[in-house]
Formats: sequence, structure tokens, C-alpha cells
Amino acid sequence: MLLKEGQTRIPSGCAISGFISRDGKSLNGHDIVKSISYMHDRSNGLGGGFAGYGIYPEYKDLYAFHVFYDSNTAREETERFLDKHFDVVNLSRIPTRKHPNIKNEPLIWRYFVTPLKTKLEASQIDEKEFVAKSVIKINNTIDGSYVFSSGKNMGVFKAVGYPEDVGEFYRLEEYEGYCWTAHGRYPTNTPGWWGGAHPFSLLDYTIVHNGEISSYDANRRFIEMFEYKCNLLTDTEVITYIFDYLNRKQKLSLEDIASIIAAPFWSEIDKMPSDKKEKLRYLRNVFSSLLITGPFSIILGYDGGIMALNDRLKLRSMVVAEKDDMTYIASEECAIRAICPDVDKIWSPRGGEPVIVTLNEKGKAKCL
Amino acid sequence: MPINYFSQEFDVVRDPNRCIKCRACERQCANEVHFYDPETDSMRADSLTCVDCQRCVSICPTRALKIVKTDNTFRENHNWSQQIMTEVYRQAESGGVLLSSMGNPKDYPVYWDKILINASQVTNPSIDPLREPMETKVFLGQKPEEIKFNVDGSINTKITPQVELNMPIMFSAMSYGSISKNAHESLARAATELGTCYNTGEGGLHKDFYQYGANTIVQVASGRFGIFKDYLEAGAAIEIKMGQGAKPGIGGHLPGIKIREDVSKTRMIPMGTDAISPAPHHDIYSIEDLRQLVFSLKEATNYEKPIIVKIAAVHNVAAIASGIARSGADIIAIDGYRGGTGAAPTRIRDNVGIPIELALASVDQRLRDEGIRNNVSVVVAGSIRSAADCVKAIALGADAVYIGTAALLALGCHLCRSCHSGKCNWGIATQRPDLVKRLNPEIGYKRLVNLVKAWNHEIMEMMGGMGINSVEALRGNRLMLRGIGLNEKELSILGISHAGE
Repeated sequence: MLLKEGQTRIPSGCAISGFISRDGKSLNGHDIVKSISYMHDRSNGLGGGFAGYGIYPEYKDLYAFHVFYDSNTAREETERFLDKHFDVVNLSRIPTRKHPNIKNEPLIWRYFVTPLKTKLEASQIDEKEFVAKSVIKINNTIDGSYVFSSGKNMGVFKAVGYPEDVGEFYRLEEYEGYCWTAHGRYPTNTPGWWGGAHPFSLLDYTIVHNGEISSYDANRRFIEMFEYKCNLLTDTEVITYIFDYLNRKQKLSLEDIASIIAAPFWSEIDKMPSDKKEKLRYLRNVFSSLLITGPFSIILGYDGGIMALNDRLKLRSMVVAEKDDMTYIASEECAIRAICPDVDKIWSPRGGEPVIVTLNEKGKAKCL
Repeated sequence: MPINYFSQEFDVVRDPNRCIKCRACERQCANEVHFYDPETDSMRADSLTCVDCQRCVSICPTRALKIVKTDNTFRENHNWSQQIMTEVYRQAESGGVLLSSMGNPKDYPVYWDKILINASQVTNPSIDPLREPMETKVFLGQKPEEIKFNVDGSINTKITPQVELNMPIMFSAMSYGSISKNAHESLARAATELGTCYNTGEGGLHKDFYQYGANTIVQVASGRFGIFKDYLEAGAAIEIKMGQGAKPGIGGHLPGIKIREDVSKTRMIPMGTDAISPAPHHDIYSIEDLRQLVFSLKEATNYEKPIIVKIAAVHNVAAIASGIARSGADIIAIDGYRGGTGAAPTRIRDNVGIPIELALASVDQRLRDEGIRNNVSVVVAGSIRSAADCVKAIALGADAVYIGTAALLALGCHLCRSCHSGKCNWGIATQRPDLVKRLNPEIGYKRLVNLVKAWNHEIMEMMGGMGINSVEALRGNRLMLRGIGLNEKELSILGISHAGE
């Protein structure tokens, strides 16, 4: 019998694309669908997905949970859990349209929630940790229920299929946001499970990733010490948890995180000025188990920004372009030119060199 | 002449057509096997005392010698083997405990040989260490649980003391006394050139070797031999020896005959007295006592030295390691039942303890389950025989390995397992000056450097094959391993899948 995602580890090659408006302009979801569709051949129809930031301005202070259910029983059980721990302000099915290439869809629901004050206080943890733990709990313990998006004013949309079909299925042209990322998947096995498509997300962190990391189990077994549970056995999942752990829990900057997961070689560190050298030696030593080896290019989306990073040998293609207040990132240049033919600047970032773009003051005022 | 109830184990076979009667074998054999018979003008041998150390074979200029297993047999019996019968005869004669040396040679499973390593194909590229950077640097020591920031927002990079190694291979503890000064010098110089560490064992540190302090781990064992302020401050780390894989649960005994002038000075005991290490540390009867010794040593060295606690792999090793990880220790060293020794009671060596592969797997998993794996580094010993064993150990979860037997082999040891006799023909496990001088440290250290460099290169090749370009990404990466011919229980303890899964 073919094993499902999470029961076996499935390596995959992929396409990624993403863009952000630093001014916080509202960008229609149509563009990201168009961009990723130009890299059709980098996917094989076994997974596609998107993340949009700033798409729920009317509920921007509430956590938006997107959930896949295998059955109504799973939904009822999950809703009982949500009612017990959260104030559910709004719930509905996520609007989709019938698409000839998207089949066997699960029940797809959306909830706008906020933790119950009493429950949050009793838990003695902060709000984000409470939400993260709740999501991990639902995904681990409720059979047939999977929360695949859980941040504020953002959302993940994913399915089994080619990404452009997935975008049409979810009617992304009806959403507007300041930042979008996309993923087309080429797994080397047939999972056929929607939860296994990407982006992978926790809270407002989303990851789209192209590559197959050779450090997977070293990373997984380390991060699982900190109450994460890698159920899907995918690279993207573990990378998301690494970002959550280092950024949210250890409070490290994204630049510092880049120097941990795609660390400079010791030979380079030894040549650096002493304060920088000391810091990098410290970070590589302390978080040595979070070094990621093997090919990867990733786009991390988060509240107010986007980060692109290649593995330190640059074993995967990734280009970045700028046009006015826009920054574009994609596996291939064609995916950028498709939506912005006339860029101001385009380049290939070096391996291990992060590209971090955040909303400017104007954008922050508008979107955060 | 009294009756010998047992026969020789080996036959010395000499080709008379090749032998030129140079008598080199006679001069080289400390066991006095070879002798010249003037009546027949020929070389002869008394095989009974031959230990098959291969010294005579190696030095014979005409290749006239070979040592073979004797074909003299007792009546065959699957229950009472010739070896068991011989041991009964020996004990009936001596009334004593049987002694043996080096690691457990019995036919127990070797799990390293039932584990296979992965390689990249298609979906990610393998990496050629000759063309791309390939890193094997390792830091041993506690890592902070939480990053601290300075008032200006920068990271506070203060960290408890660490041992920095260029490669994940160190030399195991072997005391001066159990091995010769020349053997120690070879290890010390090799460790220095390689950028790794050797370990003094429990015999103190000879005054000539303080210069190699940065690459030395100084040991504190139950006999407390040779320990004083300068000694503790000399090394890169201090190791508390709680146990040894070859003889868990018992102490050590270096006979007075090996305590000559230099050894006596180094160990700080009178010449000719037996050096007895008690079975337990008599100030450590429980884990809270261990914590006190850990912190006593830290206090004594101004918190500048990482503390290693070395234990033998025994049945509840995971729980013990968990206790040690919370004791303030920086590094745990685990020694498996195949680990070597200069002398151990045979019954203990052959029957006590567990394989290092299983001990390592369960310790690493236990520390992770408790969320404290980053509190300590884990070093494993007890028969790491090749670079492949190193890779498998690291992938199971070790930070680094100790090699002892392999290092002695590099110096010429042929595993005749007679160290306890003190008559090592290779100049390693002896204090007899005429034998010690046979080991030239100038050559010895180069051979050790060659060995470890070769292994490190092989580690890089295997890592590159897996698409890994730094050793920390291999550590605990059990997905890179598969078992072959192992049952479900063994696989579950090792935390690996079976080949084909």
C-alpha cells in the first residue's frame, strides 16, 4: 500500500515564487497565480499552494484558521475544541469553484478566532504560543482534521494539483494582499493528500521551499525537543519550525537565522573581523543541529515581510528582482518577467546570503 | 616437569630452508619462545608461551616464520569448548581470577556491521570533498538553552568552556603505566598535529607532556593518581572516569612491576607498589555526589574547563546519562563492552556491559525525549574500528568518537591481548626499557596522524555522498541509516528503518 505523507518521507523538487509591495499596496491574487504558472514544468500536479498577507483586513486582529476535514465528525470534534479554547468570531467554508483538474477535495473551513482570556491566563504562556500549541494539538490528536493556516491577516491556500489550477480553485483573484508566495510541487512519490501540499505554515510564518535537504533528520530530531512534532516528514515543515523556534522563541533576527541554517564555512568565519567572527562561531556552535545542508531555496513569508534564502552552496536556482517598491523572488526569471517584464534590477543572490524585504513605514501604517 | 593440562594455542612454524639463524626472533621475543639449539645448529621454539603477537613474523628478514592456530584438539564438545576447558585447568592450577586484555573478543553481534549508509541519487546532489568545502569541526560542551542579549541588543556570546576539535575523532583514555611513555608521546604529538585530543587515562601526566596540554584531556579516576593543581589546569578538559567498557563495575590494578621511577613520579605513588583504583569513587555513591565532584573540579579550575563524565555502557545507561546531563557535566563519554583495557578479569570483560551502538542510540534518544540533548555532548568509545563506524556513530547521535584499540593498532599492536603480562613486544603496553625503545614516537605519531587523517577523509567522502557538507548535519541524522538483518526490537532501539523501507 502506498504510504501517505507523514507515514513516509517524500523528497520533492519544486518551483517557488513570491513578491511584496514595500508600500503595502493591495495586490490581487491573480498575479501570483500567473507567475507560478510559467514554471508549470517544475511541478507535476501533485501539489500547489499560495500564501497571501494582508488579505483579511477586516479581521486583522484575529487568528485565521484554515482547516481541512476528512469528515463532518472531524469538523465537529475540532469545533468543540475551538469553542472550548477560543472565541470564534466567524466561521464559514472557504469559497472555492469546481475545477476539472482539482478532485477529491476535503471539507475546507475557515475560522476567525481569538484565545479565550481565561484559558490563555490559565495556560501561563503567551498568546502566540497558546495558538501554536493549539494548532499542533489539533493536528496531532484529532483524526481527519488538519489546520493548515493559523496567522493573523494572512492565509494559506493549497491543494493537490498544478498551482495555477489550485489558484483558480480557491478563487484567489478575489483576494488582495501586500505580499504573496506560491509553490508548485514535484514530489517523487504520490501522496495525494492536501495537507502535504505547500506552503507549510505556523502562525504567520509560511515557507515555500524548493529542494531536498540532507540534514533533515538531524534538524527534525533537534527541533522536536522543543515541543514541535514533525508529522509530515517534509523539509518545509521542519524549516518552518526552525524559523518559529529561532525567530519567535529565541528572538534572533532573520539575518542571524540565515547565518545558522545556511552558515558560512568555518574558513570564511575565521577571516571575519573579530566581533562578527565571535558571533558567528557562537551561533554555529550553539545551534549546530539547525544547520541545513543539501539544496534548498526558500521564501519565508511573515507578518510585514519576506525573506529569500539559498543553501550555502547554492544548489538550487533562485533570482530576485526589484521594480519601484516591489521585490520579486522566483526559482526562474521567467516567473518574474511574466508579471513584471520591465524590472529595475535582477540578480541571483549568493548561497547563504539572505534577501530580506519588509514593509516600509507607509506600508506598515497601512497593513499592520 | 609438571604436567600441562592444557596445550599451546599456537604453533610456531619455521621454514628451515628460509631460516638463516640470525636469532633476531630470539632477541625480539619477550616471551622467550624462540631459542637457538647449538646441538642441531638450528632455531627452535617453545610454542606454549607464544601469544601470537606477530613480532617475530614481522621482523624475520627471510619471512621464515608463521604462527598458526594449533590443530591439537581436545575431544570436540559444543558445550565444553577447548577454551572453556583450558580456563578451568588454569584456574585449578592458580586458584586465581582469570585475566585478559583488550576488548571483548566474543562472537556477539557487531551492530555497526548491520547498519548501512545512504547516498544521494537524482533528487539532491552528492558533494565531492575534493572540490567543495567539507567541514568536520566539532565543539564539545554545553550549549545555552536560551540566547541572551546585551543591553545594546547584540547577542551575548559568552559560553561555558568548549573543546574545539578539527575532526570528530579523539584518542581514548590510556594511562601512562598501562602503556609506555613512547606510546603516550606518539598520541600526544599526533593529537596536537591533528587538532584533536588524546586522554591521559588515570595515570597522571608525565612532566614532558605538559607542552601538549591544549590537546590533552586529563582524567580523574577513582584512584586519584597524579592529580594536583597543575595537572587539572594542564588539559583542554577534565574527564571523570566512572567506568570503563571493558570492565564495568570494577576498578583497576596496575601491578607494582610496572611502577618504575617515572611512572611512580607521575602517579605520585611509591615505586614498586601496586596502583589500585577502587571500583567506585569512594566520594561518589550516587548522582548527587557526582554533581559535587563535577563542581569541585570546576571550582578548582575556575570554570575554565569542560567536565567529561565517562561511563561504561550498562543496562540502564540511558537513565544514568540523563542524570549526568543534569549534573553539570559538559560532555558524557560512553564506553561500550568491546572497549579495550590493559587488564581486566576475563569473566567481566566477556560478560558485562552492552554494545555501544545500542547504548548510544538509547542515550541520544532519551536525552532528546527529555529535551536536554543540547545540555551535553556525547562521545562514544568501545570499538570504533573504521571511518564507517564513525559515520554510523555520528548519525546515531554521537558528537564525536574515541578510538583506543585502532590507535594502538596504528602503533603496531596486533591484538595478542596479553597487555597484562607487561611483556609487549611492540613497546606499547610495557614499561621494560628494552621493549619501550622499540616504539619510536617519531614514527608512531606520524602513523597515528596518517590513520586519523585517512579516516577523516573517508568521513568526508561518505558525508559528501549523502549530500552533507558539515558534520553537524550528520549528527543524529538517523534517516541516513538502515539496518540489515536486524529484528524489529533492534531497529526500534537503534531508531532506524530496515534496508528497503
